[in-house]
Amino acid sequence: MGSPVSNTPNHPDDREGPETPGTPELSGPPAVPHQAEAPSPVGGDRARRASRKVDRIDRLAELTARRETTTGAGLWVEAFRRLRTSKMAIIGACIIAVFVVLAIIGPWIAPYSPTAQSWRGEVFPNRGLFVGPRGENWLGLDHLGRDVFSRLLVGARQTLLVGVVATLIGFTVGALIGGVSGAALVLGGRVGQRIDAVIMRFIDMMLALPSLLLAVSIAAVMGQSLTTVMIAVGVVQIPIFARLLRGAMLAQGGSDYVLAARALGVRRRRIVMAHVVPNSLSPVIVQATLALATAIIEAAALSFLGLGNPDAAQPEWGVMLAQAQRFFDQAPMLAVYPAVGIIITALGFTLLGEAMREALDPKLRS
Amino acid sequence: MLRLIVRRLLQLIPTLVGLSVLLFIWLHRLPGGPTAALLGERATEADRRQAEALLGLDQPLWVQYGRFLRRLVELDLGTSIRTGRPVWEEFTMRFPATVELALAAMFLAILIGVPLGYFAARRRGGWLDIGAVTGSLIGICIPVFFLAFLLKEVFAVVLGWFPSVGRQSTGINATDVTGFHVLDGILTGEWDASADALWHLVLPAVALASIPLAIITRMTRASVLEVLQEDYVRTAESKGLRRRVVRLRHVMRNALLPVVTAIGLLTGGLLSGAVLTETVFSWGGIGSFIRDAIDGRDYPVLMGFILFIALIYVLINLLVDLAYSVIDPRVRVH
Amino acid sequence: MALLTVDELSVTFTARGRRDVTAVSGVSFDVPQGEVVGLVGESGCGKSVTSLALMGLLPRRGVRLGGRADFDGTDLLTLSPSRMRDLRGRQLAMIFQDPLSSLNPVVPIGVQVTEILARHRGMKGERARKEAASLLDRVGIPDPDRRLKEYPHQLSGGMRQRALIAMAVACAPRLLIADEPTTALDVTIQAQILELLRELVDQEGTALLMITHDLGVVAGLCDRVNVLYAGKVVEAAERRPLFSDPAHPYAHGLLGSIPRLDAPRGLPLHPIRGSINDTIAWADGCAFAPRCDHYTLECLEGTPALAEPAGLGQPGHLVRCVNPVLDSSDLHTPLLEAPVPVASAEGDTAAPSSGAPAGTPSDTTPDTGTTPATATDGEPGDAPGKDTPA
Repeated sequence: MGSPVSNTPNHPDDREGPETPGTPELSGPPAVPHQAEAPSPVGGDRARRASRKVDRIDRLAELTARRETTTGAGLWVEAFRRLRTSKMAIIGACIIAVFVVLAIIGPWIAPYSPTAQSWRGEVFPNRGLFVGPRGENWLGLDHLGRDVFSRLLVGARQTLLVGVVATLIGFTVGALIGGVSGAALVLGGRVGQRIDAVIMRFIDMMLALPSLLLAVSIAAVMGQSLTTVMIAVGVVQIPIFARLLRGAMLAQGGSDYVLAARALGVRRRRIVMAHVVPNSLSPVIVQATLALATAIIEAAALSFLGLGNPDAAQPEWGVMLAQAQRFFDQAPMLAVYPAVGIIITALGFTLLGEAMREALDPKLRS
Repeated sequence: MLRLIVRRLLQLIPTLVGLSVLLFIWLHRLPGGPTAALLGERATEADRRQAEALLGLDQPLWVQYGRFLRRLVELDLGTSIRTGRPVWEEFTMRFPATVELALAAMFLAILIGVPLGYFAARRRGGWLDIGAVTGSLIGICIPVFFLAFLLKEVFAVVLGWFPSVGRQSTGINATDVTGFHVLDGILTGEWDASADALWHLVLPAVALASIPLAIITRMTRASVLEVLQEDYVRTAESKGLRRRVVRLRHVMRNALLPVVTAIGLLTGGLLSGAVLTETVFSWGGIGSFIRDAIDGRDYPVLMGFILFIALIYVLINLLVDLAYSVIDPRVRVH
Repeated sequence: MALLTVDELSVTFTARGRRDVTAVSGVSFDVPQGEVVGLVGESGCGKSVTSLALMGLLPRRGVRLGGRADFDGTDLLTLSPSRMRDLRGRQLAMIFQDPLSSLNPVVPIGVQVTEILARHRGMKGERARKEAASLLDRVGIPDPDRRLKEYPHQLSGGMRQRALIAMAVACAPRLLIADEPTTALDVTIQAQILELLRELVDQEGTALLMITHDLGVVAGLCDRVNVLYAGKVVEAAERRPLFSDPAHPYAHGLLGSIPRLDAPRGLPLHPIRGSINDTIAWADGCAFAPRCDHYTLECLEGTPALAEPAGLGQPGHLVRCVNPVLDSSDLHTPLLEAPVPVASAEGDTAAPSSGAPAGTPSDTTPDTGTTPATATDGEPGDAPGKDTPA
C-alpha cells in the first residue's frame, strides 16, 4: 500500500521536523495534525503531555521519511551497507588486505634473500635431514637450504600476480565474449540470434573440457613458464564469465524497464550500454572475486603436475608446495606452510565473494 | 523423450568435431613438435624427418586430421608415443579404475552432502549449520592434491589405517570380471577381495570427494532454505501431514532439483581432480596415465583423452537433463 | 458459544539482535458455527499473521504468542505440535492466497489431495483416488480423473484455487480459514470461488474465517466483520451496519475510498492519507491517529477501548475510537446496494455473492439497476468454460 496522493495540508510528511519551536503550552496548528473542526485541547497539564506525544508523532514521521530515502538508495550502496555488517565479508576483506600488503612489501621485509642457498650445508634431503624452525630461520629451511619464511613473504607477490592476471584474462575475454553474445541477443534480430548461437556453441565446447585439462593442454603447447600458468588458468575462466554475463544480460533484456525504455523510443544500443550492461555486471564481479580463489588453487595444481614456473629461484606458493611434496615424509611442514597460505588466501577471496553474492541477491533484500 | 535424446545427441556432433579440430591444431603447435619427446635431445634433423615420415607427420595438417577423423570413427585414437600401444586400449584398460574412484567419490559426496545440507538448513544458525558452512568454504579452498597428500600421510603412513597406494593388496587373487574391483568381488563371491578393494578406495575417494561434497552441501542448504519459505510447504503443513511426508515429498523433492543439475556440472571437476588424486595414490587409472602423458608429451594420448572426457562430460549432462525432465514435470517435453 | 473464540491474541516476532515487532496486539473475535466472519484490513495490519497463529503455522522460534484461541474447548495456542498436526487438515483447514505457489509444483494434484485423505481418513489406493475425484468434482473441476494426474502448472488459476479448496474441505473441517483466497484471481473467477465457498458453508455448516482487504468480498460473503488496524480490531459489527454506519474513522475512510460511478464529476476521492507505516504504538494512543481526520489529543491518552459507542444504537457494533463517526450520511457505499436484495433473500444460493467483486473499481455498476449477477454469476457447472487452461 503506497501512500496515496493527498492534498491535505496536514499530511504527516508535509509537516516540519521536530525542530519546530515546540512551545511547551498549546502546540500550535502546524505541529498538530488535527483539523480545524476538531475539539480544542483542554487544560495545560494534559495538553503538555499530549504535545510531547505529538512531538513523538512528529519524530515518527521524520523517521518514516528518513527510512524511505534510505531504501531508495542504489543497489551498490545498499549492498555495501550489508557488506559492512557481514562477518563473512569483514573476515574475507581482512585476509585479502593482509595478503595484498604482504605481496607489496614482502620483498622488503623478508629477512633473507629468498633465492640464496645460504644454509646449503645444513640440509641433506637425501638423508632426510632438514632444519626446522629456529631463531635464525623462523620457519626453518627448505630442501636447498633457503629460508622458508623469506620465500613465503616474497612468494605472496607471485601468487597474487598469478591470481590477478589469470582472473583478469578470464574476466576480460569472457566478459567481452559474453557481452557481445548478450548484446547481440538483446539487440535482437535474426542476425543477433545467430551470432549468439555460434558464440554459445563455442563456449559450451570450452565448458565441456575439464578445466585442469584445458590448462594442461595450453601449458603443454606454450611450454613451462609463469605466463603459461596465468594464461592457462585464465582461459579456463573464460566460458564461466561469458555465460554469466550473457545470462545476466538476457535477464535484464527481458525486464520491464528495458521494455519501457524501448517503448519510449530509446535507441537500442543506448539501452544496452546504459542499462543492460551496468545492471548485469554485479554477478560477474562477484564471480571475479571467487575466481581469484580458484585461480590460485588451480595454479598450484598446475605446478603440482609439473607445468608450473620452472624457474625455481622465483618463489611462488604453488611451486613451493609442489616441490615440498617430494619431502612430505621427512619434512611435512615445508608443504604445510605454502598450503596454509594458499588455503587462507583462497578462503579470503571466497568469503568476500560469497558475502558479496549474498549482499547483491535481490531475494535477500527486503 | 526419445526425440529429446536424439536431438541432444545430434547437437553433440558439431561440438565434438569442433573440439577435435581445435585440439588437433593446438597440439601440433607443441614446441619442438611431438617427435622431440620421442627421440630425445640428441636426435639429428634427419632422425626427426624420418620419425615424422614414419608417423605420417610430414603430411599437410588437414590430411593428418582427415586420417585422424576416419580412425576416430573406428574408435582408433592412434598409438601412444610412449607405450606404443593403441590409445583406445590404454583407456579402456584404465577406465574402470577411474570410474570406480569417481563414482565412489560422488557417492560419498551425495550421501554426506545432501543430509548435511538439509539439517544445516533446518537448524539455521545452529552449530551444525555453522560447521557445515565453514567446512564447505574451507573444502573448496584446499587444493585437492594437498588434501590427498595429507590424508595419505596421516591415515596411511603415520597411523597405518589404510593402504597408501594402489587398488589392491599384493597377494589378493581377484578374478577380473568388470574391472571394478569392488563389484568384481561381489560378483564372484570373493568377499575379501571386495573388502580389500574398498579399503584401498577410502582415502582417494575422500580426497576426491572434498570439492563435490562442499558444493553439494552448500547447494542443498541454500536450496532447502529457499524451499522452506515456499507457500506449498506451508500448505502441506496446513494439511496436518506427517513430518516425514512434508520433509520428503514437499521439501526434499523440490530442494534436490538444483542439486541434480549441479551434480552433472561437477563431473568435469571430478575428472580433473581424478588426475591429481590418482597421481598421489598411484591409482592405476586414466588420471595417472595422463599425468605421465603430460610429462612425456604423448600427444595422441592427450588429444584422445580430452575428446574422450568431453564426450563423457556431455553424455553425463545429457543424462542429467533427462533425469531432470523426469523429476521436474514443468520441463517435461510433451 | 462460538466455535472459535479468539481472546486477546497477540503475536510478537522476537528476532535476535533486532527490536521485537508486535504484529498482532490483543485481537479478539468469535467465529460461530456456520457463519462467515470477515477479518478486514490493509496489508501489514496483522490479519495473515492472525490466521497463521490460529493454524499453528508460525515458526516456533522467534515468535511469542499471547492470549487464547479457544476452539471447541481447546486452546489452539498452547496445543502441542503433534496434537496440532492431528487437528490441522481434519478440524481446521486453510485456503491460501496464491494458488500457484501454494501447490507443490512437482507432485501431481491427485497425490496432493489423496495425501490428506490418507493422513486423516485412513484412505488408500483406489478408494482414496475415487474420493479425491469426487472432491474435485464437488469443487467444480471438470474431468477430475484426468486432473488428478496433472501437475499444478497444467491447471488454470481458478482451477488451482478450486483444487486447494478441495484439499481444505477433504475432511469436512469445522473451521475453514481463507486468507485472501481470491486476490490472485481474475474478477470473474473471483466470483465463482466466493460462490463455491458460500455453498460449502451453507451445505456443511462449516464456519469460515474470511481474511481479506477487499470490501467487495466482505459485502458479498461475510455475516460479521472485524476491521483490523495495526494489529488490533478497531471495529466489529454485522455486515450491514458496518457498511451503512462505519463508526471508526478508519473503516469510514476505507469505505470512502471506493470510487463510485455515480459521483458528480470533479468530486475528489477520499483516500486515507499516509500508509500503514505511519503509526504509533497502541500503548501511546490510537495507532490510526497520525492518519486520522478526526484526531484530537484525547486520542493519545492510551489505547482506546473497544466499546459500543453511544448514539449508534446497534447492539454488538463495537468501535475502538474516542471520536467515532456517528453520522455516515456523507458516505455513499455502493457495495451494499446491489448485493442487498440478493443477500436478504435468504436461502437463495443462486447468486448470493454475485455482487462481491463489485468492490473492484472496474466493474462497479451499482446504479444501473441490473443485477450484476448476470455478468459474473458462475454456476459451478458452467465454470469449465472459463476455467479450462489455455
